[in-house]
Amino acid sequence: MSIDLKTVKHISKLARISIDDEKANKLKGDLNNIFEFIEKLNELDTDNVKALTSIAETTLRFRKDEIKSENIREKILKNSPEENKDFFVVPKVVE
Amino acid sequence: MSDITSQSLFELTSNIKEKKLSSEEITKAFINRAERSKKLNVYVTDNFEKAIDQSKKFDSNPNLDFKLPGIPIAVKDLFCTNGVRTTAGSKILNNFVPTYESTVTQNLWSQGAILLGKLNCDEFAMGSSNETSFFGNVQNPVGENLVPGGSSGGSSAAVAANLTPVTIGTDTGGSIRQPASFTGTVGLKPTYGSCSRYGIVAFASSLDQAGPMTKNVRDCSMLLEVISSFDQKDSTSIDYKRNYYSNELTKDIKGKKIGIPKEYRVDNMPDEIEQLWKNGISYAKDCGAEIIDISLPHTNYALPTYYIVAPAEASSNLARYDGVKYGFRSPGQNLIEMYEKTRSEGFGDEVKRRIMIGTYVLSSGYYDAYYLKAQKVRQLIKKDFDDAFSKVDAILTPSTPSSAFKIGEKTNDPVSMYLNDIFTVPINLAGLPGISIPAGKDKNNYPLGLQVIGKPFDEQNILNISYALEDKINFKNDISDWWLSE
Repeated sequence: MSIDLKTVKHISKLARISIDDEKANKLKGDLNNIFEFIEKLNELDTDNVKALTSIAETTLRFRKDEIKSENIREKILKNSPEENKDFFVVPKVVE
Repeated sequence: MSDITSQSLFELTSNIKEKKLSSEEITKAFINRAERSKKLNVYVTDNFEKAIDQSKKFDSNPNLDFKLPGIPIAVKDLFCTNGVRTTAGSKILNNFVPTYESTVTQNLWSQGAILLGKLNCDEFAMGSSNETSFFGNVQNPVGENLVPGGSSGGSSAAVAANLTPVTIGTDTGGSIRQPASFTGTVGLKPTYGSCSRYGIVAFASSLDQAGPMTKNVRDCSMLLEVISSFDQKDSTSIDYKRNYYSNELTKDIKGKKIGIPKEYRVDNMPDEIEQLWKNGISYAKDCGAEIIDISLPHTNYALPTYYIVAPAEASSNLARYDGVKYGFRSPGQNLIEMYEKTRSEGFGDEVKRRIMIGTYVLSSGYYDAYYLKAQKVRQLIKKDFDDAFSKVDAILTPSTPSSAFKIGEKTNDPVSMYLNDIFTVPINLAGLPGISIPAGKDKNNYPLGLQVIGKPFDEQNILNISYALEDKINFKNDISDWWLSE
């Protein structure tokens, strides 16, 4: 199986990373090399194997639903790329 | 007394406790050396002024009960540090100043340590040579134009070059052990769940672990004791009784069963690594350990599995970098264009490559063929280790299939770069603890490491085996200070 240019562009759209044709062609080569390497897994029969989803083998802990931090608005907004006192600012979404 | 910066953590803490050295003297010595070591490019951000203030503050009222009393420590720039810029080696976080502290770094400060600065690393810890960092290459103090390994390359170089007494790195597929091996230092990746992941910039959440990087095994045990803790803020942190690793450290490994996996004898492995491994085995025998041949049959499938699981998790984790709430933003005509431009300009090539792999293997129609398949193979890899550990107490392997390579040598071939991690990746997939210790040198006089792998939560045992081997190996890193300026 090989990944074509159309697929590379589709993935970049899904990943929200814009790429030009030159980069897309380079990535196509890299991805095909990497997937050729990954195809090795198909040698193994895994029909009766249970997927390993978590190494820790614990169930998630319950905790009390309580407020632990207060007045963190300033902290949360501190690294915001565009200055605004109370909100995050993005380009206009609704016309 | 030997030069301050060449002292081990154990020596420095003893000298502070015995009042032979002050925190200020030590801190200034490391800062002075750092000022003359800019050529190595280990620092992304320094904290020197504040560090001196804090050292004076410590000296004015020293608490000698601390485990790291007034000890200055630089850490990998993947740990969020409150009020100190944290970049993860990426342009997209170039201006990010956290308003909170990671648990493992907080554990350091709570035991009296002082932040020296933030150390260079591969972008989002994705790399094996520190060449993917937005802040440029790091030079390996072992030799000019040699990579220090990665992703914790700034950390390994800083320890080897005496720019920090010890440091902490993170390891997702070998990012502590491989750079330790390349620089003649000690690096330990703890059991998954031993050190909290809270406040560490996430790469692949089911694999990431923080761990100590040090000059020797005793320092490693001292640092692990401080950073390993149960933490409510990390849902995968495990609540178990941790050892007093440094107190319980012993060279007595008589009767320990050490497994030698035949699958780690890979094609084209240099003779000197084969020899290094043989030497390690005979030293272990000299210490009274029993050597047992074992098999880990799915070893060859670990790297392909890793290159599905890790990018898949990374593509999800890195979805948060969209230019909205923090980090770099590239303006666009609309929201989607802003996202796409921000991520295109903010991420480097290797990170984009991995996000693309991850997005592809998780996309509709491919999930079963790739991601689910990889999770199943991961189960088989873990089972290999479970089976092996029913017969042995620990496993001994080389740390890497080669010594440090030249800067630029492997940057155009991702797959050959990935092969560097062939001996370290399986341990992350199985969630086990592993340590790399310096064990010899190749024909160029570059360091080579041996890896000791343990059962889950059995860090004490692999530390003890390493401590015993370290004594027999008696490794000396002859570093010439070639980079020092006036």
